[in-house]
Amino acid sequence: MRIEEHPILSFKNEKKIKFYFNGKEYEGFEGDTIASALHAAGVKVLKHSHNHKRPRGFYCAIGNCSSCLMTVNGEPNVRVCIEKLREGMMVETQKGKGVLK
Amino acid sequence: MKTVEIAVIGGGPAGLSAAINAASLGAKVAIIERDDQLGGQLRKQTHMFFGSKEQYASTRGIDIAVILQEELKKYRNNVEIYTDATVLGIYEDGVLTIEQGGKYMKLKPERIIVATGASEKFLAFPNNDLPGIYGAGAVQTLMNIYGVKPGNNVLMVGAGNIGLIVSYQLMQAGVNVKAIIDAAPKIGGYLVHASKVRRMGIPILTSHSVKYAHGKDSLEKVTIWQLDDQWKPIVGTEQDIEADVMCISVGLSPLAELLWQIGCKMVFVPELGGHVPLRNENMETSIKGIYIAGDVAGIEEASSAMVEGRLAGLCAAKSLGYDTENFEKLRHEYLAQLNSLRSGPVGEKIIKGLSKVTA
Repeated sequence: MRIEEHPILSFKNEKKIKFYFNGKEYEGFEGDTIASALHAAGVKVLKHSHNHKRPRGFYCAIGNCSSCLMTVNGEPNVRVCIEKLREGMMVETQKGKGVLK
Repeated sequence: MKTVEIAVIGGGPAGLSAAINAASLGAKVAIIERDDQLGGQLRKQTHMFFGSKEQYASTRGIDIAVILQEELKKYRNNVEIYTDATVLGIYEDGVLTIEQGGKYMKLKPERIIVATGASEKFLAFPNNDLPGIYGAGAVQTLMNIYGVKPGNNVLMVGAGNIGLIVSYQLMQAGVNVKAIIDAAPKIGGYLVHASKVRRMGIPILTSHSVKYAHGKDSLEKVTIWQLDDQWKPIVGTEQDIEADVMCISVGLSPLAELLWQIGCKMVFVPELGGHVPLRNENMETSIKGIYIAGDVAGIEEASSAMVEGRLAGLCAAKSLGYDTENFEKLRHEYLAQLNSLRSGPVGEKIIKGLSKVTA
């Protein structure tokens, strides 16, 4: 859900950016983070807790809280609330704690 | 290794103000900001500020971010800006380690001004980890920076200034705010903000707290209940609020990890939001050459963060030998501005807190 009209701000949303979430094609805009693009597309569950597999979304949206870690282009533990969306990104729900290559 | 005279960690209102003042006296300054642009949380503050003209009263936060960056440009020959750059550590020999764009670098400054800001506190209740439950500041970021609505129906928890302002901004973005609740018996924020949201028809329920959050994969409903004068929940007062978003606005805590790491003396001061560093009147911590400004020094408003930044920048530059004939006059002006920003009931609490940490 994007903001359509705003009394103070204007959002250009000119350049579309295509990306993939768990293999499915999605669209965001230039300037989006991965989390904002996913949220606008209705995706709120970004990961699951390690032990009890509880669904988790972002909490702070400024890179503090690590509630939004996902695998991006094969790299685990990316804070998607601050990671800028780029064309063709492969975003995946992370399984496990991730391994550094 | 790269060297610089003053490293400013954080490019928000406090850090920008510190950098401007230090660079204006002639010091060579590096600003290290983890975001891809300067401005910090000002970038999402669409409301107009209070205070006096020195703190940009009646100007929107988003515009203040631009004004400060313009002012900084006047001293561009003295300023290096690192964005997308996170300070990872401050070491005993004064070296900063920094990650920028996946690369690791070191910087050796002669003085450090830590202006790292704060993070939002959390609240304990069953299912508080459900997606749809966000920090109020996070929702403000989502809306005002990225233009995305958090959902359709919001319950705001916390009637302090952030809770009240973000409620108003949610309505501006076309999102329905069902209610604002606060555990305290009184509204914590300014009444001018409270009456604004009340005029829009948003009920403010004081002495109310969250009992339970419901939902499978994300928030669907919240049960709230009333608290008695001992802050104990009253059984039988439960009511359900259909909401797909809950905003938590119960305060901030200083982002002081770097100060802990380097060994600044820290004190737990509830009035200032948690553990904060001991400092002198000039914003210098217990470690000579390490200064602080803004929320990391104690949670306040952006207005006082900017004045603290000006003061820290002035004093750090002076300690390196960069002087101005106005030094004492300016210093006293900043202290006077801080005093006037700290008048009123909220200021009383802050002054009480500061008395525990100011040498």
